[in-house]
Amino acid sequence: MNTLSKSDKMTFFIVAAISLLAPFILNPFPEGSAMAQFNAGYPDLMQRFAIFGILAIGFNILFGLTGYLSFGHAAFLGVGSYSAVWMFKLLSMNIIPGLILAVIIAGLFSLLIGFVSLRRSGIYFSILTLAFAQMSFSLAYSVLTPITNGETGLQLTLDDPRILDGANTTGNLPVTGLFGLEMRDTFSLDIGAWAFQFNIGYYVCAAFLLLSFYISIRIFRSPFGLMLRAIKTNQTRLNYTGLNSRPYTLAAFVISGMYAGLAGGLMASMDPLAGAERMQWTASGEIVLMTILGGTGTLLGPVLGAGFIKYFENIFSKINDTVLHTWFSFMPDGLENAIVWVLHFFVGKGWHLTLGLLFMMIVIFLPGGLMEGAERITKRFRAKKGGDSDTTPDTATKPAE
Amino acid sequence: MDAILLQILNGLDKGSAYALIALGLTLIFGTLGVVNFAHGALFMLGSFCAVTLSKILVISKVTIDPEKVDFLGNPLKVKTPYVMEWFGESAGSTIIDWSVPLAILFAIPVMLLVGYIMERGLIKHFYKRPHADQILVTFGLAIVIQEIVKAAFGANPIPTPAPDVFRGSYDFGVLIGMEANAVIYPFWRLIYFGFSATIIAAVFAFLQFTTFGMVVRAGMADRETVGLLGINIDKRFTFMFGIAAAVAGLAGVMYTPINSPNYHMGMDFLVLSFVVVVVGGMGSLPGAVLAGFMLGILESFASMNEVKGFFEALYLPSIDQIIIYLVAIIVLLTRPRGLMGRAGVMED
Repeated sequence: MNTLSKSDKMTFFIVAAISLLAPFILNPFPEGSAMAQFNAGYPDLMQRFAIFGILAIGFNILFGLTGYLSFGHAAFLGVGSYSAVWMFKLLSMNIIPGLILAVIIAGLFSLLIGFVSLRRSGIYFSILTLAFAQMSFSLAYSVLTPITNGETGLQLTLDDPRILDGANTTGNLPVTGLFGLEMRDTFSLDIGAWAFQFNIGYYVCAAFLLLSFYISIRIFRSPFGLMLRAIKTNQTRLNYTGLNSRPYTLAAFVISGMYAGLAGGLMASMDPLAGAERMQWTASGEIVLMTILGGTGTLLGPVLGAGFIKYFENIFSKINDTVLHTWFSFMPDGLENAIVWVLHFFVGKGWHLTLGLLFMMIVIFLPGGLMEGAERITKRFRAKKGGDSDTTPDTATKPAE
Repeated sequence: MDAILLQILNGLDKGSAYALIALGLTLIFGTLGVVNFAHGALFMLGSFCAVTLSKILVISKVTIDPEKVDFLGNPLKVKTPYVMEWFGESAGSTIIDWSVPLAILFAIPVMLLVGYIMERGLIKHFYKRPHADQILVTFGLAIVIQEIVKAAFGANPIPTPAPDVFRGSYDFGVLIGMEANAVIYPFWRLIYFGFSATIIAAVFAFLQFTTFGMVVRAGMADRETVGLLGINIDKRFTFMFGIAAAVAGLAGVMYTPINSPNYHMGMDFLVLSFVVVVVGGMGSLPGAVLAGFMLGILESFASMNEVKGFFEALYLPSIDQIIIYLVAIIVLLTRPRGLMGRAGVMED
């Protein structure tokens, strides 16, 4: 169990290569061209890819392996953010203590919530986690204002103690960093018409993403992971064999809570503020969406789903009526206006409508998410290549997840 | 004494909304075994039925009054709503004024239809899939409905007032022999409570005293046997889904004067209604109603200044925001099947 199998190694290296080269890959269109709006290679968005990737990987360890559908994961994200910002306020602008505290606090918090919620399964579990998350949200929003700064959100101020850092004499708010490297520093590489941006914050996030991904592979392949899958398949039977499944589910819950805490901490490291709306149940819903969209229970799926949703959220919200008009200007006026009028509801502010529809389609027709879609396509492809007809799809080798 | 009475009244109107939504949720869960995350969206759709009707009623015919001019010197355009033209000035304005109660008549067929389409078009295909899939697909549907309403009506709350007669407050204390002005309470909220009580009674009567209701109850107890007796239980369950949608819709219609409808109100109520259902006991109709009123009243008691002061004295944060969740957690841990749940229903 000490080495990864060949295909897992391949997957890991592919993910590593993609995340290292992301500034290139995500910037395929030259600056100033009409297609430049489809570029995603700027720091803010790349950071979000990595952070939400971590979040979805963590959620997948719980939902994908054990089948427990938590609707309250955003609470851990929020807790992580708050603790990281408090670390920045009290100790140092270095992100390491902030992240450590974020993971620890989120872990403890999820231990508490998991201990209570995991007494029930199925719908009850979903509703319980939902209730806990809403409770944390209301607490953060109003009652715990001394800790969370309520509606305004927790922010850095000039007179924070920051014990480890020297006195701040610049009069500006300090920025988060990693041993002197500032998170917001961006190195720009101009090649011809392309401008590639290499952001320190992104690479820090990417490093954590790779670490999380590696751990998730190890969990998937470990006896522990196998046990979690057994819980998903048939918990009753597992109980009948004399095994107590609760420690395993609790461990999975805490691990995934720590992942969410790490993501929250990173979020605060990239932009040092934390607000209660991060804990709202719509945020939890988004995490569920990402994981389902990509493919639950697969290694790559959640990362894909997170990237997919964040990319299209960004792109779709930028498209407005003017852009649509220029796209369809080749059509006769009446038709152009009709098409733009219809599409208008799905782009820009209507992105959530598209997302909702897409999500429903996925749940209805493709329960395995994008990964299942890819699998089906490759299967069909292989079957055709080998001269087989569709009647014998089983001869195609089954991809090893 | 009067303070306590006031808090109970305060809790009743929110409790009524919880009870109605939870009743619908339980009806759906009890008959079809589906957890409907889109039920809050149905509540919201009901509210927007009222908004739509009040907008339709003021659709106006524009005429030009040649005798008057506006401040720019142009001939004055006078808008007269069509209802005023058809029914005369006073009757027309009364109709417009009563748009919210009238919306009940408008909402019932609309919501029945919405419920029918939802069940036949979508949820039917999910009976054999895992509960998680049902939750996910109805959650997706809730997002879609919410966004459609947002696209159609905008993101801002739309105030829709109650009829003029009910706009004031009512000296409730006098009615039960207290001195004047001791317990004054908004009229409409009392009406809302009465309305919910009527609806709840109607649903129970329908289930208890009609043959149709009897068959539905039998189907809830043992679907297979009822099917074996040659009764098309699916059809009746679909109708019950429509009824549940209509109950949620009516709860929404009458709630508009209390809370201006906005597109995310459904989600806000849904989470709490789930908690209510769980506390009452999954699948138990009386449990849902009881827990709805109970939690509504508890919530209003927790927001009393005296209670807040008590917690402050103990150096605890006030619990009015989270009391419902706290109760739910305690109930689930001590009595997992809920207050009135049957043993063995979704107990694990």
